[in-house]
Amino acid sequence: MSVAGIDPEIATLVIPLVAAALLAVLPGYRTTARLNIVASLATLVAATSLFFVDRPPPGAYLLVDDLNIVFLVLTAFVAFTTSIFSASYIGHEIEAGHLSPAYLRFYHAMYQLLMFGMNLALLANNIGIMWVAIELATLTTVLMVGIYRTHEALEAAWKYFILGSVGIALALFGTILVYMASGPVIGEGGDSMVWTNLVAHADRFDPALLNVAFIFLLLGYGTKVGLAPLHAWLPDAHAEGPTPISAVLSGLLLNVALYAVLRFKILLAASPDALAPGPLMVTMGLSSLLFAGLMLYRRRDIKRLFAYSSIEHMGVIVFAFGMGGPLANFAGLLHMVMHSLTKSGIFFAVGHIAQVKGTQKIAGIRGLTVSHPALGWAFVVGVVAIAGLPPLGIFMSEFLVVTSTFAREPLLAVILVVGLLVGLGALFLRVNDIAFGEPTGSTAPVKASYLPMYVHFGLVLAAGVYVPPMLALWFENVSALLG
Amino acid sequence: MGSGLSFDVAHLLAGSLVLVSFMLLYQDRMYALLNIFALHALVLALSVAWQAYVQDAPHLFVTAAIALIFKAIVIPVALRRIVERLGIHREIETVGGVGLTMLAGMALVGLSMVVMLRVTGDADPLAREDLAFALSVVLLGLLMMVTRRNAVSQVIGFMSLENGLILAATGAKGMPLVVEISVAFSILIAFIVIGIFLFRIRERFDTVDVRALDDFRGERQ
Repeated sequence: MSVAGIDPEIATLVIPLVAAALLAVLPGYRTTARLNIVASLATLVAATSLFFVDRPPPGAYLLVDDLNIVFLVLTAFVAFTTSIFSASYIGHEIEAGHLSPAYLRFYHAMYQLLMFGMNLALLANNIGIMWVAIELATLTTVLMVGIYRTHEALEAAWKYFILGSVGIALALFGTILVYMASGPVIGEGGDSMVWTNLVAHADRFDPALLNVAFIFLLLGYGTKVGLAPLHAWLPDAHAEGPTPISAVLSGLLLNVALYAVLRFKILLAASPDALAPGPLMVTMGLSSLLFAGLMLYRRRDIKRLFAYSSIEHMGVIVFAFGMGGPLANFAGLLHMVMHSLTKSGIFFAVGHIAQVKGTQKIAGIRGLTVSHPALGWAFVVGVVAIAGLPPLGIFMSEFLVVTSTFAREPLLAVILVVGLLVGLGALFLRVNDIAFGEPTGSTAPVKASYLPMYVHFGLVLAAGVYVPPMLALWFENVSALLG
Repeated sequence: MGSGLSFDVAHLLAGSLVLVSFMLLYQDRMYALLNIFALHALVLALSVAWQAYVQDAPHLFVTAAIALIFKAIVIPVALRRIVERLGIHREIETVGGVGLTMLAGMALVGLSMVVMLRVTGDADPLAREDLAFALSVVLLGLLMMVTRRNAVSQVIGFMSLENGLILAATGAKGMPLVVEISVAFSILIAFIVIGIFLFRIRERFDTVDVRALDDFRGERQ
């Protein structure tokens, strides 16, 4: 069924594309920031309506199912709140003279193009198109990371580009191998790259070829997820780009890459003789968790600190999906949603903090709860949430991951808990310095709306106390789909 | 298997691509590196054109033309100008010695042969040998990217890697989107080479040596 003649899934692609074209030419900061918000809202409405309308049957290009609706709505929601945060953040950057009008147009156009790329990657039913879309999304973020043109920003963008390209290349090779495996069964041509066809016929694919393909895909898309040891781009890209981009990188782009890995995991699960993808993902997830947990201790830059925390949490999520089974998948999905909401909320807070204090160095930020109580306490709530303490949402999802693992692999669960505790210790050490004590630096009030940040933390808190049964049921269905 | 000749020619061209990848590995002069890369792209163009002819897939000629015009001519010329104008050092610094890099390269080629030939036992022999060579080219490109410190030679490493991907994609018979992917890659490379990065790096740095960028890392103070 369609609304006003346009299917909502098409709308989630067309709206960002049209908005990107408009934003590339329109002048004026106020108009364009508002248009960016309106376009993001419209995309959110279109994505949410997918919950309610009848779904079209899977086509040669697009697919709507239980799995990608979750990702799509989450993406559209965080993109919308980030666009509100971005408006005030960019306003400050223009006042401070960090961005010129030409770069502003470029920034907004890239923001919408990124949304288009991510939505297309999520909706694509063709593994070739999915690859192209993820590449597009990555490139737009590379350009945005380098937008300040400082030494650090250029280095970060260059590193991101080089490692991202390696990831792109490995993923394409994996995609070609999947085609080689499917070609003899489904036949040559476009049909052999359609994901629904692939899953339907996966039992007859050459399992050895599929195994090698999955390794390439896991390494390729895993680079984008930020899994250790392929994570090197992530902290730099988060630290040097504009903060709204850090929020969408951590909150969304990592998820989209993970979604690609999950699609191929389902494909492998449909082939009985292929290797089990679980142990590989478990290993990568745990090593990311442990590595990032240790790295958290020596951070002096607040955005880098939370970038490493993103690696840690992506590790937990990949671990949960690697364990598999209904409970662990449910926990992984929930953790992913909670992490996206919390981490982008934290980056909103960090953006306000860095702008008012004029520095990202943790040493230059002290006593935030004294100088800016509203911001400071919200930040503390965010850090408590991301550290995984009750009663917030991440506690619940981490608890589920740990308990479901204890029931099956106690040894792995012990490693998992150690990793989580290491990370928790580091975060508290840092937040103590930042939030309490004698305030340093500017005490000027923040001229920005805290609303997006409050909404995110409010949702995380609410989810920690009560998950609506409808949502839980939906997640259960998706968990079953993930196998 | 197709006729013996078509197999042999495809084999020869794909094997030559691996050989030229090795030649890229040990170049220590910038202009020589650019020339060898042009040769790399030329061999790729021939190989793709041969596949287009053998598979009777005329759209692949577009990919071959892109490789010939864009990668074998336009990009090397543009890079040569950038090197001249920026006054980039003509000698390329490498990590580790040439001997070590070559040994690593041989190991990677051996690895890709073992892996690809073993897992593609049932596939069409032309495709499987092509795939093994393509993986070798991809891995050698990766090796080049990690053993070079200089931004221009890293880009060349990336382009040679991408040539390997195009070889793999054209070898997979009837694969859709090959032309689109090669166009997308060309746009990406044009973007990178002519546009933002080198332009900005020239603007802000006196060198395109990535190690110089490392010195500006945020956390070193």
